[in-house]
Amino acid sequence: MTLRLDAINTGYGQVQILFDLSLEARPGEILCLLGRNGAGKTTTLKAIMGLLPLKSGSISLEGQSISDLPPHLVPKQGIAYVPQGRRLFTELTVAENIEVGLMTRGKSAQTRERVLSMFPRLRDRLDQRAETLSGGEQQMLATARALCLEPSVLLLDEPTEGLQPSMIALIADTVRAMRDEGKAVILVEQRIEAVLSLADRVAFIENGHGREVVETSVLREDPSLLQKYVGI
Amino acid sequence: MDFGPHLLLAILEGAVGAAVLALTALGLSLVFGVMRVVNVAHGEFFMLGAVVAWFIASPIAGHPAIGFVAALALAPLVAGAIAVVVDRFVLKEVEYDPEATIVGTIGVLYIIQQSALMIYGPEARPVEPPFNHRIALPWFEWGETGLEFYYPWGLSTTSYKLFVIVAAIGILLAFWVIMSRTRLGLIMRATQLDRETALAFGIPVQRVYSIVFGFGAALAALAAVLIVPIQQAHYLMGHDPLLLSFIVVIIGGLGSVRGTVVAALLIGMSDGIISVFLSPTLSKILATLLVALVLVFRPQGLYGKKMA
Repeated sequence: MTLRLDAINTGYGQVQILFDLSLEARPGEILCLLGRNGAGKTTTLKAIMGLLPLKSGSISLEGQSISDLPPHLVPKQGIAYVPQGRRLFTELTVAENIEVGLMTRGKSAQTRERVLSMFPRLRDRLDQRAETLSGGEQQMLATARALCLEPSVLLLDEPTEGLQPSMIALIADTVRAMRDEGKAVILVEQRIEAVLSLADRVAFIENGHGREVVETSVLREDPSLLQKYVGI
Repeated sequence: MDFGPHLLLAILEGAVGAAVLALTALGLSLVFGVMRVVNVAHGEFFMLGAVVAWFIASPIAGHPAIGFVAALALAPLVAGAIAVVVDRFVLKEVEYDPEATIVGTIGVLYIIQQSALMIYGPEARPVEPPFNHRIALPWFEWGETGLEFYYPWGLSTTSYKLFVIVAAIGILLAFWVIMSRTRLGLIMRATQLDRETALAFGIPVQRVYSIVFGFGAALAALAAVLIVPIQQAHYLMGHDPLLLSFIVVIIGGLGSVRGTVVAALLIGMSDGIISVFLSPTLSKILATLLVALVLVFRPQGLYGKKMA
């Protein structure tokens, strides 16, 4: 399903972060948000989840507005969120974290099996508290918890931050698999090589303003935009 | 009475106090843990439990157990419902801001207390216990023929006091099962750990807050219904439970269930024992001193987690 952000303005309290930002995430496509620290990438994802009130503008999923729903109903529309820093329920067990994910949209044991078969290491750790997992396993759990929604839109905020290469590859494979299943994926990622290998399109954000949105192939040929907005 | 029997008596009194305190403090701890707000009106929900129990039990004729059971079932519901209203119209309005909530619940404290004074009056009234048999307790000593049992004069308890202890243990176990084994418990724990992520996974945090606030008040009211056949209902009876609950929650570690129960045992038992042997005032002084020591040497409490 297509997720559309239409000229949204939002921020934290009095501090406005996003200014008339518009974006479109299409099914079967990985859209990568790129910009400097503090540009508003995480804020964009939080706004989509309804965690920040919009001052103006709207967010819609397949034409249906989701920005006037109370925040807890947004994920029930099929939008799953893997927050920055994983944000697991640290004192809950792996099984309980997954259960919270399943409860979101009332998914059954079948979904649970499917998700656990994608991350077999979690199956061995079901009774362990989430905070005792390694960084890579925590990221697996955060991703698994999101996939328990069987989402049509998946938001990932720096999912490979601080992970070892094998784990980065696993997460990247999962993200590709989700795209190939026809989900719309929005990815916030800092590492340029990961962006170039994963993304279908890249949306640049600068100081809370939406800038160019380009096909990744364009960036591979001509990295001048990267130079302009990320400084590489 | 000799020291031994006297100590046993003090321990029994302390256990009754500890049982009721554990339930009351657990309500306060739950509210703080999940909602991160301090409910200064918690003692008034305790008082409400006792006063409502009197209103329910006193007009019911027949065996006292009927009125008592009705009070046990209904008084926590009434207190919980009032708490839900407070949550909606006070806490939600100040957006659960920690400082504003303290001031707001101080207001709620006086509203409930003065309403009780106007409606219920200044008298202290008892609720008849459902059963109340005197149980003489044996003591032993080494006599000429070895170990001898006898019944010292004054060493006795009542079946109702033992019931309070057993009932409190039962309620604590039920609470533990709800928190650790049910979906509602999972939702409450997830909300406690990370409110924003809970929202992002479809948990209606606002409704969870209402439920938790009502649940916390209901626990205090339940504790009060258990104690009111022993202590009598009075519109000012909420002060001590509030103070002791704060002491327990701080010593046990804010938001920790295990810490709350352990600290309630510690404070309740020592309060009972010191009150019997020395003076009730001294026991409060010692308990408050203990809080000061905990705050200096282990600010997170016995089982609390260090704040990051």
